Amino acid sequence: MGRIRIGTVAMVIALATCAHGQEAPRAFVNASLIPIQGDEIADGTMVVLGGKIIAVGPSVSIAIPEGTEVIDVAGKVLMPGLICTHNHIGGIGGADSSGPIQPDVRIYDSINIHDSGFRRAVAGGLTTLNLMPGSGHLNSGQTVYVKLRKARTIEDMAIRDDTGWIMGGLKMANGTNSQRAAPFPGTRGKSAALVRERFVKAIEYREKLAKAAGDAEKTPARDIGLEALVEVLQHKRIVHHHTHRHDDIMTVLRLAKEFDFRVVLHHVSEGWKVADEIAAAGVPCSAIVIDSPGGKLEARELFLETGGILERAGVLTAFHTDDWITDSRVFLRSAALAVRAGMSREGGLKALTLAGAEMLDLDDRIGSLEVGKDADFIILSGDPLSVYTKVLETWIEGRRVFDRSDAKDRLYAVGGYGAGHNQVPYMCCFEHAETN
Amino acid sequence: MNTHFTRIGAMALLAALTWTSTASAQIAVKGKVVHTMAGEPIRNGVVVIADGKITAVGPAATTPIPDGMRVLEAEVVTPGLIDAHSTVGLSGILNYAHDQDQLERSAPVQPELRAIDAYNAQEALVDWVRSFGITTVHTGHAPGELISGQTMIVKTFGKTVEDAVIVETATVAATLNSTARKTGKGKSPGTRGKMMAMLRQEFIKAGEYVKKREAAEADKKPDRNLKLDVLSRVLARELPLMITVNRAQDIASALRLAREFNLKIILDSAAESYLLIDEIKQAGVPVLVHPPMMRAFGELENMTFETAAKLKKAGIPVALQSGYESYVPKTRVVLFEAGIAAANGLSFGEALGLITIDAAGILGVADRVGSLEVGKDGDVALFDGDPFEYTSHCIGVIGEGQIVSDIKR
Repeated sequence: MGRIRIGTVAMVIALATCAHGQEAPRAFVNASLIPIQGDEIADGTMVVLGGKIIAVGPSVSIAIPEGTEVIDVAGKVLMPGLICTHNHIGGIGGADSSGPIQPDVRIYDSINIHDSGFRRAVAGGLTTLNLMPGSGHLNSGQTVYVKLRKARTIEDMAIRDDTGWIMGGLKMANGTNSQRAAPFPGTRGKSAALVRERFVKAIEYREKLAKAAGDAEKTPARDIGLEALVEVLQHKRIVHHHTHRHDDIMTVLRLAKEFDFRVVLHHVSEGWKVADEIAAAGVPCSAIVIDSPGGKLEARELFLETGGILERAGVLTAFHTDDWITDSRVFLRSAALAVRAGMSREGGLKALTLAGAEMLDLDDRIGSLEVGKDADFIILSGDPLSVYTKVLETWIEGRRVFDRSDAKDRLYAVGGYGAGHNQVPYMCCFEHAETN
Repeated sequence: MNTHFTRIGAMALLAALTWTSTASAQIAVKGKVVHTMAGEPIRNGVVVIADGKITAVGPAATTPIPDGMRVLEAEVVTPGLIDAHSTVGLSGILNYAHDQDQLERSAPVQPELRAIDAYNAQEALVDWVRSFGITTVHTGHAPGELISGQTMIVKTFGKTVEDAVIVETATVAATLNSTARKTGKGKSPGTRGKMMAMLRQEFIKAGEYVKKREAAEADKKPDRNLKLDVLSRVLARELPLMITVNRAQDIASALRLAREFNLKIILDSAAESYLLIDEIKQAGVPVLVHPPMMRAFGELENMTFETAAKLKKAGIPVALQSGYESYVPKTRVVLFEAGIAAANGLSFGEALGLITIDAAGILGVADRVGSLEVGKDGDVALFDGDPFEYTSHCIGVIGEGQIVSDIKR
């Protein structure tokens, strides 16, 4: 953090106070700060007001405004809240068995916010999730980006853009998970053909809409599935694409080029084989870190080295929990194991935060500790890459949503009687594997 | 040309070939810290191995290394690690029917199924766990049927099961949880009560079989029955019955069964065992706790990261396992699981004990493995830092004096 924008603090305070009532600023002092954007700071201070970061940097350079509540976090690490680009918490139910391509389905309409998985996620330091339908379809529906705010309905968790649009992507998949008996594809060639066919339709739909120019008689009948695909063609909605094998990855790149859609490659078990090609295409990857390879043929060559190889090839790389595949409470571990296998420390930490934010079009709001960004952060007992480190507190938009010293929260952090209440695990691929 | 491809390809190949290593059987390991698991750790320690067995352990200053020995060095040295319960070698990496031999679904009670007849010593999952320092695995038939078969104890190196095995039949594996209950019409067991009734009936049958075989004259003995042969050995306390169980009520049932038939039992997984600490302790029953990073749902929904710590503090013999996974990860790595236990209520040494000497004790193989002591097998794991730290590496593994892994992982 070279430049500390003290000058702007007063203005930001004024704005933030407007938005969030009369809340007093809070300063976290004596922190070991990992801002992600910029170098780590041994003795840092961060000031938060109205849900935003209003100052952050070395303690000596931060003027703490009068009336600030000062919280001493000496000996602790403060870093941005973790962003999971691929998550299935909440008893999600997307596309059904009626067909392989269902862009009309919103995952948003299926989430139980009382699922205790969300409590475990904040216990793991997660603050933003991309909630995704499963991988058993070429397209299993629309995803939604949420913050783990205390909520009464899913509306309270959703992230909206400037226009009020509820932000989310489109889940797609190729390879063996989405190959089944008709009407699903039986081969990779058919899988790609079905996707291309639907995108061609979406282009025609978009053209008809454009030609009609608002003329009700010429406007085609509304199709909410094609509408979602048009959002993809407009680059408003990013495709989040499950893909494992190197040739399946290349197929995604080919289709993304043909239809000019923005895509994030997810899992990328064999991404290490085509890292240079992914880099050349300028496509980001959200990789999964699993304790052992296999579980199915296309993940046979999944290795811990993938993150480092992608990083060195110049690919923007994030990690994801794929919760229930890995447990959100140990998400920090995904980066740590990648660092073990050759990724840089900076790259590993960015892969849990800012890189994910970029993949969700949210890097202007979250992912790093910078003035003006949302006050989404975690307080750790020690180094983020150590097995012995605990997430002590999780804050979202200036409000604490997890406190390990509170017995109720601790239950979700370590487990115990009642910790699994209301969970509906995402089981799609377990069943699939059993029948293989 | 893709250099990444070559690098990982070579690593995989190396992993596959390590059992053929012909490195010297005369080997010594120097460690900045040597955790012998038999006394305090030794600073600047040495382990000397000759002809597969440990011949000396002690401080470098007072433990001479004989001339001509190959010497390896590491920051941290531990005994070869023990996975107290796994299915690797029966379950394979691909997860297709042809490499999944861990569970026979044709009948609920099949104790006659031997693990040695189903173990693939060259399975990639075995290579994988070995590269993290694991040299001994208790593996075999998986939870999922009332009595699914036998388990065995193997070393993670050796070309065939005959090379690898150290205990042919270690336990008979029973399951008292929902995975062994059937849902189809007319199928048994369909309920908890029926599971217990069927188990009791089997042991009663086995008892009668033993009596008849003993009492009858040679030519009038009842025909030999493979199933009852095995259950007789359980009744005679020669073999423990390892009961996979998670809910407290099912743990209570397992203890009840053990009391009725005077069985030697081992509780396996035991997610809610922290609710019955007094009862388990009183029964003198050891526990192989589920991997702490197991998925917390279904009958595991009340599991905690702290179960091993709670049992250990109460004086109950406890070890950790990698468990059984039907999907991914196809195996967990017990080194990682012990790290989570070390971060949740146990000291470093206590957590290391869960995957070394305590596991050896429960499995009855502490005369050969689990600690670095003179006369024991020369199984050693080498690390470049705290073995539990996410960012440390296992840098080498010695099995009975041979280098069985030299992958930095």
